[in-house]
Amino acid sequence: MPPAAPMFPSLRLDRVSIALGGRRLLDVDALVPPGAVLTVMGPSGSGKSTLLALIAGFLDPAFSASGAARLGDEDLLASPPERRGAGLIFQDPLLFPHMSVGQNLLFALPPTVSGRAARRAAADAMLARVDLAGFFDRDPATLSGGQGQRAALARTLLAEPRLLLLDEPFNGLDQALRGTVRALVVSLVAERRIPAILVTHDPADAEAAGGRVLSIGAEAAR
Amino acid sequence: MTFRLRLVPVLVAALVALPVTAGFLGTLLPAFGYLPALGADALSLQPFHELFATPGIGRSGLLSVWTGLAATALSVLLAMLALAAFVGTRALTRVERMLAPLLAVPHAAAAFGVALLIPPSGLLFRLAAVPLGLGRPPDLLIVGDPLGLSLILGLVAKEMPFILLVALASLPRAEPARRTAVARSLGQGRAAAFLFAVWPTLYREIRLPVLAVAAFGSSVVDVSLILGPSTPPTLAVQLLRWMGDPDLGLRLKASAGALLQGGATLAAILLWLGVERCAAAWLRRRLARGGRLPFEAAMRGLGLGAALLPVIVVGLGLVGLALWSVAGFWSFPDLLPPSLSGRTWSAALRSAAGPLGTTLALGLLSAGAAVLLAILLLAAASPLPRRLAALLALPLLVPQPAFVFGLSTGLLALGGRPSLLVLSALHLVFVLPYVLLALAEPWARLDPRFERVAASLGRGRFARLLRVRLPLLLKPLLSAFAIGFAVSAGLYLPTIVLGAGLYPTITTEAVALASGGDRRIIGAYALLQAALPCLAFALVPAIHGLCFPGRRGMRT
Repeated sequence: MPPAAPMFPSLRLDRVSIALGGRRLLDVDALVPPGAVLTVMGPSGSGKSTLLALIAGFLDPAFSASGAARLGDEDLLASPPERRGAGLIFQDPLLFPHMSVGQNLLFALPPTVSGRAARRAAADAMLARVDLAGFFDRDPATLSGGQGQRAALARTLLAEPRLLLLDEPFNGLDQALRGTVRALVVSLVAERRIPAILVTHDPADAEAAGGRVLSIGAEAAR
Repeated sequence: MTFRLRLVPVLVAALVALPVTAGFLGTLLPAFGYLPALGADALSLQPFHELFATPGIGRSGLLSVWTGLAATALSVLLAMLALAAFVGTRALTRVERMLAPLLAVPHAAAAFGVALLIPPSGLLFRLAAVPLGLGRPPDLLIVGDPLGLSLILGLVAKEMPFILLVALASLPRAEPARRTAVARSLGQGRAAAFLFAVWPTLYREIRLPVLAVAAFGSSVVDVSLILGPSTPPTLAVQLLRWMGDPDLGLRLKASAGALLQGGATLAAILLWLGVERCAAAWLRRRLARGGRLPFEAAMRGLGLGAALLPVIVVGLGLVGLALWSVAGFWSFPDLLPPSLSGRTWSAALRSAAGPLGTTLALGLLSAGAAVLLAILLLAAASPLPRRLAALLALPLLVPQPAFVFGLSTGLLALGGRPSLLVLSALHLVFVLPYVLLALAEPWARLDPRFERVAASLGRGRFARLLRVRLPLLLKPLLSAFAIGFAVSAGLYLPTIVLGAGLYPTITTEAVALASGGDRRIIGAYALLQAALPCLAFALVPAIHGLCFPGRRGMRT
């Protein structure tokens, strides 16, 4: 864990530019304050998810990128993925199928929380926070879409991320569920006071997130 | 960690390339008369003169090329027919389940099964005896026929399932569902849609294994000893006789012969590349005229026949082996032995215990090491760089005699002694390519987001590998281990040549029975030879089920 200099640092995307084989995909310059959500919208193929891959540390070598992503004073792009503290949520929950829901959560819990009982209590408390109390021993394959996504959110938050990267996280959910899970995510981001980037193509998501909206790839689409 | 991981591909490449190169040198030098350990230290063409003065040597070489090429062509053709008939139907899984167990049966055991099935006094003629009114076995030379037809049959029974299963593993890359849908909407039948729209891509994916089949078929020893002609035998068998001769001087001639074997295998491969071109040209011409196949209606039947042939041949062969192993007196037209006896088995089990132990040790060591290396290799570079993949396939493309003899000669020249460790290291060279072949595709196909999520949760490279990737890939890992074990357990030539008779395995012992012709003991030994790899494959689902009980997402 890097030193936690400012308590709640902002995420600054400093003239981030991504290109694929000489073709510029996107240029982003943005500040995401703690507790706020930056919504990135754009047509498919515009490189929305590529931006998240860059920040999380999984940019495909076919792409080239310049610029910096800073959390406070720290340059995220210089660290290996596991030290960036960037919580990732995808469209699918991606709970590890060989572990129970609870084991998934314990896998994420930092070793600083020590002792069997303490770790179990932390996982149970987080499950309760996302309305999944009593789900510790469940097989991930038996969860519904909404339950799975909430379990994934619980897992991500247990790792104490310093920022959240949400890659079309509500896509797999039907309209009714979408609203509740979306509200849960927004309130958790505010509660944790961490910056978040939400990639989506649904204007309703952007509206619910309440933060700045960045449209990319518009030129390419035209 | 990352730095050392980057070295893995280099180390593995060396591990595979060194024995092949050293073995080839150990063949090349003696072939030109240089083998100081035997007092031969002047370069000359004498070994080649002696080689070409051997009666029947030309015919031996031609036999090797012919049987290898014919077995490859038939195996590919049958696999293609079965795929054309069944891809996109639900019967495909049944075909796969039917053929997969055949991979576990070693070449020698399958060949023994064929050897008891097709001769005049075998099970087939007994089945035909009553309708044809045969009172005694007809006077025919079937096993060991001069054209090597029974050898080809024995090879096809093993290689067709191999090619088909490799093709099935690569099938998703050829997008069969979408492409057949488009082709059929354009008016092509099922088989035509497969042949024109899917097969060309699919064939490109399986080309390396097909070439390996051609190399193997043109240089195989054990199957040829059991089913092949004997006067003259195929080249590889002739070479083994010389290598095993107490007269060490014959090693020079054998080395020259091993180079000729290299030429024969090269010829088989080149001829096969020619076949490929002709087939591609035919497809193109046909396509330009609008595709469509005249025999579309017969396709289902042809495909079914193609899929059933190896199942019936190997299956009936195993039944025959089992019957003979428990038979008392069993005379010709009787379909079943009238009296049973356990004498064969009690004798076989007593004498086979040692060889079985050696087989088990070699298999566990080489397959275990191969799986470990494959994991390190794929963790360092997945997908494997093309050149590295080609290098790792080298032991499958270079005919075994061309470098295994050289390794043994080199060991002799350096005064080294064979040991279990040396032997399992050599097995590893042959096992690793198959293990990689089995593991590379599932490794690449695992959703990369699982590991990304694990990294975003703060887990480092090692934890991601150990706690996420490997458990999720447990099934393919276990299968790869079983495949590696089966390859090791079935290896004949490297084991007998480098082991120099000091490390008999169940395979070398079984093949040694071929010339004796005692069908009862052959039956027991061949079944024992098949038992270990079959057990390994059978344990895969069992172990997998035990590891993650009640996790529905892990059932595949």
